[in-house]
Amino acid sequence: MRSFIEKSDRILKSPLGLGPRGLLLLATLLLAPALVSPLWRLTMFAPQYQEGLRLDIYSYKLEGGNHGQDTKEINLLNHYIGMKDLVAEDFTEFLWLPFAIGAFGLLFLRAVMLGTVGYLVDVTVMFVYFSGFSLWSFAHKLWSYGHNLAPTAAVKVPPFMPPVFGGKQLANFEVYSYPSLASWALGAAALALFLALVLAWRTARRAGTVAGQGPG
Amino acid sequence: MDQMTNLSKWSKRGLAAVGLVAGALLLARCAPSAPTSARKAPTAASDLQVAAMKTYVAPGDLDEYYMFSSGGHSGQVYVYGVPSMRHLSTIPVFSPYPGTGYGFDDDSKKMLGRFTWGDAHHPALSETKGDYDGRWLFINEMNGRIARIDLRDFKTKEIIGPVANISGNHGSTFITPNSEYLLMSSRFSIPIPKGTYAPIDRYAATYKGIAAGVKVDPKTGAMTLGWEVLLPPFDWDLGDAGKGPSDGWFFLTAYNSERATGKLEVTASQRDRDYIVAINWRDAEKHAKDGKGDLVGGVKVLDPRKLPGFVYLMPCGKSPHGVDVSPDGHWIVGSGKLQGVTTVFNMEKILTAIRNKDFTGDEDGIPVLKYESIKDAEVQVGLGPLHTQFGPDNWAYTSLFVDSAIVKWKLGTWEVVDKVPMSYSIGHLAAAEGDTVSPDGKYLVGLNKLSHGRHLPVGPSQPESSQLVDISEEKMKLIYDAFTEPEPHYAQMIKADKIHAIEVYPKEENKHPLAVWDVKDAGVTRQGDKVTVKAVLVRSTITPTAVEVKEGDTVTFALTNIEQTTDELHGFGLLDWNVNVVVDPGETKTFTLKVDRPGVFPYYCTNFCSALHQEMQGYLVVKPR
Repeated sequence: MRSFIEKSDRILKSPLGLGPRGLLLLATLLLAPALVSPLWRLTMFAPQYQEGLRLDIYSYKLEGGNHGQDTKEINLLNHYIGMKDLVAEDFTEFLWLPFAIGAFGLLFLRAVMLGTVGYLVDVTVMFVYFSGFSLWSFAHKLWSYGHNLAPTAAVKVPPFMPPVFGGKQLANFEVYSYPSLASWALGAAALALFLALVLAWRTARRAGTVAGQGPG
Repeated sequence: MDQMTNLSKWSKRGLAAVGLVAGALLLARCAPSAPTSARKAPTAASDLQVAAMKTYVAPGDLDEYYMFSSGGHSGQVYVYGVPSMRHLSTIPVFSPYPGTGYGFDDDSKKMLGRFTWGDAHHPALSETKGDYDGRWLFINEMNGRIARIDLRDFKTKEIIGPVANISGNHGSTFITPNSEYLLMSSRFSIPIPKGTYAPIDRYAATYKGIAAGVKVDPKTGAMTLGWEVLLPPFDWDLGDAGKGPSDGWFFLTAYNSERATGKLEVTASQRDRDYIVAINWRDAEKHAKDGKGDLVGGVKVLDPRKLPGFVYLMPCGKSPHGVDVSPDGHWIVGSGKLQGVTTVFNMEKILTAIRNKDFTGDEDGIPVLKYESIKDAEVQVGLGPLHTQFGPDNWAYTSLFVDSAIVKWKLGTWEVVDKVPMSYSIGHLAAAEGDTVSPDGKYLVGLNKLSHGRHLPVGPSQPESSQLVDISEEKMKLIYDAFTEPEPHYAQMIKADKIHAIEVYPKEENKHPLAVWDVKDAGVTRQGDKVTVKAVLVRSTITPTAVEVKEGDTVTFALTNIEQTTDELHGFGLLDWNVNVVVDPGETKTFTLKVDRPGVFPYYCTNFCSALHQEMQGYLVVKPR
């Protein structure tokens, strides 16, 4: 046990090699598209809407298809079932998401320059937690839109959960929800972090073994 | 025995007589039940299949051409898809049209002026270098007016007139190759200015014909009167603008060169030749610019007697109706409706005759060109030729009213190659881009006056008939019968991809001073007894939902449809009042009402919009004084 702790401690304190640093730089670069392109896309089709209505969710804004007209149309249709309007002000995520992504960029860069394996473990864990929390937050938002329906609504529908990933039939609408470019970029960044971690851990372990075989 | 002999003798004679009658019947066969020309084309099963395939536009598919058909005395323009011949839309122009609220709101009411009717005849699509450019459609009307329809939104934007001195504007709106001018003319000569009295028996001496050029602004399409030309008191009928070698000239036919009155069908059909007048519009424009002409009815009128050298008469037999310029502008085709020939004039020969002063006389000071010097051919097309349209490769198609057929012939060789019957009595005809510098061929529509027996009986008010003819091959083939709204005179057929129509009015383009885009801004304001209601129309509420005013108020409603979604039109019907407005997405319309009686009057959305359309309603509450 003691030897495991000592070994881990040694590995965690060992500086990162060129490979992991390169991967960290890649992860940093992948954050750029995550900031400027949409994270998630909701697509809705109905007999009257053959071309579909689209809603792109960015880290900092909502953007309806057809030059923003689709957001208005979705809100217009949703008002019949008493759903709240989709407005940017209700999304606290739009404040902390870009901040968090920017902060991760700085932390990744710090790791590129001064990083140790231990530091890499910290940012990876934090990044995975951040991604998971964001996903939960998104799902929760969808849940609350589908469950907080005005009691005075013209058309009463039972509370519902819009799809987070995949498709679902809601009244006359086929609704699809899938991650977009920014989410894939964030996923790729997470993958780069994992790879860097695996690589760094193996290198550090091997270095330790080699050192152990020395004069001591 | 004698009796027996007699009997047998008589019966023998009887038998012989029966035999004779039977023999005669056998020889004569039966009287035919239909004329030899009666054929219901196409007949063979394979022909039917080809026709069906060529005209069938599957659900959801789009047509290849737009056809803008004049609505005659209905005052409207009807839009059809070709080859399906489906009626796509009605563009109200000279008459109110409750379907789109036209003629009920302040702006369209003002545009219609004192008329609720107009007899629309000859639509003209705007042109650039002699080809349709898909910007505007112009159409004339007999009360001396021309309207401009914007093809961006298919709406009537402007009506000018009644133009001074013009009386019975039939020969209109033929357009010049770069949309510089539209032609107007008087079919019914009168003493001018309008309001002048002169007894009918003074017709020949004191009544005047007029032709006018209406200038079109190249950027906005806005129309202004350019010039007027004084003409003899003939019945000025139909025209066309020159192109290529004939560019700069307007051609206009005239019947009744007899200057007759009374029973014109006889009195105006005496001479073997009447005229086509050629007006050099560039010269007319210059004269007008130089301030020439005499002030009549508030406008300058150019008198060819005083300003020689820009108006000439071309003799054309007999009682010519249509005059059409060939795609290359080289030939002028005039059809004498009471003759069996179509006369083709050669523009170079016309210009040479003018240069050489090759005249045979004059009419009120206008030189008459020598017929033999300017004519290239008299084409034996058939009885009652009226109008000619063109296809590629010098093919020409002439409508024959009396023969009830379309005849195909060739410019240059003058050979007549084919004839297809029309049901019945064809007037104008419209080929795909068939009056431009580059006709497409493919489709030709006969715009017929009679349809009897070709459709389910619908009572004595019979629909008109428009028949689609396939002209893509050597033989013309009738492929579809359509029954169109009254009354298609001329039509224009344009390739669909030349028109780019919007589907909603973009919010940022709405500059209406009374427009409101938020229900929070909707409401009622009052200044003395003038009340303004700014209303928002959006699924599924008219805001405000109730408006209270006082008896005697003048109330202006400004209705803004804040939708930006295709097809989300909202209507506004006010019961017990003559108010019926339809507002398109992104549009603001106003109507004004003098509320002279108390009571409660419901208003509601007339244009079915949504699942809660029935709930889209409110009340105008008028409090007694």
